[in-house]
Amino acid sequence: MELWYAICNLLPIEMLQWDFMKNAFLAVLLMAPLFGLTSTMIVTGKMSFFSDALGHSAFTGIAIGCICGIAAPTWAAVLFSVLFSLLFSYVRSRSNQAADTLIGVFSSTAVALGIFIATLGGGSFTKYNKYLIGDILSVTPTEIGLLGLVLVFVTVFWICYSNRLTLTSIHPQLASSRGISAGLTQTVFTVAIAVIVTLAISWIGLLILNSLLVLPGASSRNVSKNLRQYSLFSVLFALLAGVAGLSVSYYLGTSAGAAISLVLALIFAVSFSTRKHR
Amino acid sequence: MNFGSHGGSCGHSCCLRIQNLSVAIGSDTILKDIDLHMHCGELVALIGPNGAGKSTLLKAILGQQEYDGIISFSVPGQRARKAKIGYVPQSPAFDPGDPVTVADLFACCMSKRPAFLGVSKTMRQKVLVCLERVHGEDLIDKRVGTLSGGELQRVLLALALEPIPNILILDEPLSGVDVEGIETLMDMLDEIRHSYDLSILMTTHDFGILPRYADQVALIDRGLITQGTPVEVLGSEAFRTVFNRKGGIL
Repeated sequence: MELWYAICNLLPIEMLQWDFMKNAFLAVLLMAPLFGLTSTMIVTGKMSFFSDALGHSAFTGIAIGCICGIAAPTWAAVLFSVLFSLLFSYVRSRSNQAADTLIGVFSSTAVALGIFIATLGGGSFTKYNKYLIGDILSVTPTEIGLLGLVLVFVTVFWICYSNRLTLTSIHPQLASSRGISAGLTQTVFTVAIAVIVTLAISWIGLLILNSLLVLPGASSRNVSKNLRQYSLFSVLFALLAGVAGLSVSYYLGTSAGAAISLVLALIFAVSFSTRKHR
Repeated sequence: MNFGSHGGSCGHSCCLRIQNLSVAIGSDTILKDIDLHMHCGELVALIGPNGAGKSTLLKAILGQQEYDGIISFSVPGQRARKAKIGYVPQSPAFDPGDPVTVADLFACCMSKRPAFLGVSKTMRQKVLVCLERVHGEDLIDKRVGTLSGGELQRVLLALALEPIPNILILDEPLSGVDVEGIETLMDMLDEIRHSYDLSILMTTHDFGILPRYADQVALIDRGLITQGTPVEVLGSEAFRTVFNRKGGIL
């Protein structure tokens, strides 16, 4: 962290004078590739509604964590999200209902349970507001370390499994004909999304988190011709939006998560209008 | 059932032998008592109405479906060794929006190097060699979602031919392919089976091509109904009964 602070001090940028901005800036730089990479697979696998539901389940986890008096409710949320995603995968593989119907079932149940627990015994909901909006300026050096660790894990997972994941997402029949079992790889990926979503919820906020998981990949699809460009543009868009959004929020005094989402939406609009008609 | 004139003893000339094969899923019997011998170098077509169990039979041969009975392979010069099977699954088209090229698809299937980092020059060369077998070198940079039905089948065929198998199994390769494309594809399969000395087992609803391309036809409807040369099967009473009763193609 000392090294990072020193680097920031060398940069002639006003907002990087503050320690909390230095932390937030580094967190954004770590988060962007994380969201950029996973976003490509979420969009290809048509899982954008699912990742949204995971955000809702993370909130429930946090509520459970708070009520149980766990010091860091984030861990309870990670656990709950992982259980939620595993239960969802299980039910989906054994049900003939459409995936979006099942997601609707799980998502609304999770939110209802979360609010129910949070307000149990006449409790006030106000303390949970920060999970709805999120505050990246509150990120601590320890959390940044954790974020770095998740980034390393996801990168390694990506290098080993992205080929299989891509194949199962774009053509399940072809994947299974080549002996790739969709089950395990998909489950690990789902758990990875659950962990990322839950960690990010207190910084980005439940209400806008999904834009980071969907928009980089969706924008990248508008301009990419192959897989390499798809991942590259997705990560670049996420980085651009992260840095631009954080700066905008600093100078205008708005929520950083919302600003980042809006920049991403702008990128999507531009990529949509410049895409080649096909 | 026994194809060809080799009687019950198969020896080296028989590369796939299915005896007494039955498949049940839960309490539902999908296939019952199938016997099928396929000789090396033959093109055998499985026909039958929808839900007759054709795909299930292919899956059993591929080892993706549990079954009762015996399925055995023998390859000349490779006794007791398991035959290499190439499989072209029944294929819906790719999503037109997926930014995945044919080269990416091959890299995902064949390479350990993650395709999102780009396709290496060596890999590209390999892909070109594979595509050459189906006269599809020009498809390498096309996105998979923009391929026509015939092009898609050729790409999937090229994938199934790496490594060159002893038996090539194709599930409905002609569905979604236009009339001209069907002939091109069947000519190509004919050429491939002769140049690589492999056997082909395919399911199809296109009965018109059978007399010209297939050596043997097996009519299946949850069990074996009849079998023989294309002319024999297509002219049989059983064929008319099966497809009239089910309101099928004829």
